[in-house]
Amino acid sequence: MNETENKTVPSSATAPIIEVNSMHKWYGDFHVLSDINLTVQLGERIVICGPSGSGKSTLIRCINRLEEHQRGQIIVNGTELTNDIKNIEKVRAEVGMVFQHFNLFPHLTIIENLTLGPIWVRKTPKKEAEEMAMMYLEKVHIAEQAEKFPGQLSGGQQQRVAIARSLCMKPEVMLFDEPTSALDPEMIKEVLDVMIDLAEEGMTMLVVTHEMGFAKSVADRVMFMDEGQVVEENKPHDFFDNPQHERTKLFLSQIL
Amino acid sequence: MSAPNTAPTREYLKPPVTEVGVLGWLHGNLFNTWYNSVLTILFAVILWQVVPPFISWAFIDSVWNSPSEACRDIDGACWSIIPKNISFIIFGFFPDGEQWRPGSAMLLLLGLVFYSKNSNHWKKSLGVYWLIGLVVMGTLMYGGVFGMQVVETAQWSGLPLTFMLSFFGMVAAYPLGVLLALGRQSRMPAIKTLCVVYIEMIRGVPLISLLFMSSIMFPLFLPEGVTIDKVLRAQVAIILFTAAYIAEVVRGGLQAMSRGQFEAADSLGLNYNQTMRLIILPQALKIVIPPTLGILLSAFKDTSLVVIIALYDVLKTTKVTLSNPKWTGYSTEAYIFLAVLYFICCYAMSSYSRKLEKALHTGR
Repeated sequence: MNETENKTVPSSATAPIIEVNSMHKWYGDFHVLSDINLTVQLGERIVICGPSGSGKSTLIRCINRLEEHQRGQIIVNGTELTNDIKNIEKVRAEVGMVFQHFNLFPHLTIIENLTLGPIWVRKTPKKEAEEMAMMYLEKVHIAEQAEKFPGQLSGGQQQRVAIARSLCMKPEVMLFDEPTSALDPEMIKEVLDVMIDLAEEGMTMLVVTHEMGFAKSVADRVMFMDEGQVVEENKPHDFFDNPQHERTKLFLSQIL
Repeated sequence: MSAPNTAPTREYLKPPVTEVGVLGWLHGNLFNTWYNSVLTILFAVILWQVVPPFISWAFIDSVWNSPSEACRDIDGACWSIIPKNISFIIFGFFPDGEQWRPGSAMLLLLGLVFYSKNSNHWKKSLGVYWLIGLVVMGTLMYGGVFGMQVVETAQWSGLPLTFMLSFFGMVAAYPLGVLLALGRQSRMPAIKTLCVVYIEMIRGVPLISLLFMSSIMFPLFLPEGVTIDKVLRAQVAIILFTAAYIAEVVRGGLQAMSRGQFEAADSLGLNYNQTMRLIILPQALKIVIPPTLGILLSAFKDTSLVVIIALYDVLKTTKVTLSNPKWTGYSTEAYIFLAVLYFICCYAMSSYSRKLEKALHTGR
């Protein structure tokens, strides 16, 4: 359903929710992403891993236009990402993002953090937004903290709130940019559990992470990126047990 | 010796005498090193030389409300200069019988300000109260209706003028400064250049020269016979001046915002106005409350510069009192009074700002 006159892909049952075609990105002269091709179907869970500097965070940030790409196409839910601000806002409302450093709004209470998006972007009435927010807070097992401020919560709690905040916008796709990298080990599990619940409910997810246990148990596909290119992509079973490229083998030997 | 695998019971001893209490504080703060001890003794001597004579001058030998002749006979302070001239110091050239009008206008302004301090009152009705209050204040000051004598703005002087210039100056300069700061961050070259030029030019000249320009040069550009009210010109100069400084302070606050906040707002789909209004500005403005207050305090005291364009604020009216031969020579008392007056107003603003910071503290 597109009201704009930009290039669109007709929505159909088999149309991918995200399509990245021959995408290149430069930071000034530095060629950070090179010829990325990616197709994500609705309901797929994709884990992207790789050494630091490989461009994996940059890739998912291009999908919700936190970064701009210079060549190639990115199409999300039928809308192509261009410089048209309307398209950008349309895509951002459909794509939820969870950041490594949570990025909650410290001057608002937890419940206000959650209702902000629905009230101001989707124009949901306040009461309805609050009910929905409480429902999602219960889902991530943090409903009792609704009136607290983010500064009063632990890292794991904040990240669960961040996930709930993105869910309140009812996105089609959730992007996770190293969601557990900034957490103490004992808090990683509580966040991963929430992400597993989400996956089991059928949410389309792109997760950049080093948590290989999560990749093995939840992912439909695992992508390995190095130096701005997708080196290898496979089902988790094949990826971990039978890596094809030297670089993949090297990476896996370092982290497993 | 304690048996193995049992923790020894702890004995809680009292700390040594010189570590706690008054002696402890003295020992720790005033006499802890040799140079601190020397400084302490030095300051004690200075205070001993200065404070008792001041107290006897200001309080013991002074007169508080006597005719001017009595002042010549005493060694102490002649505070009577204040009560005897109070109506001129406070109200300036406002006609004698009409001084209840600026008095009530000031009280109304102060009342509305105190009412607005309480955040429970921040509803739409507050805007209505202010609107009505401003109309009433304007009517009281200018007159012309209900049988009140008309008092031209050139005659508005003393404390009402100081309060009015500073209050409206602050209230208008703040949003203007915020807009300038946002404009300076803009990616549109025209807006950005305009804001930068404005800020740098205004900051490059003293307020006195702006007042001078507004009063002397500006009327030259107006067509024949058109005049703009002098108080209004001074008010606009103060607003434009203060806004430039607030803009830079707010820009500092914006720079202190982490990118993550912008990115989180973007990823939720908020547009520029929503991001600024709901996420960025509430945090940035809160961070810069201390320097903003500093600018506003300066603006309050800078109202005394309007003397340069022959407007009589409370500083000038006090000075005029001193030119009366009966009261010449008591400038110390007069300026101490003014200092106390300014101090009370500035301290009130300071302590409100501290309360505001505390109230906005969200355990970050």
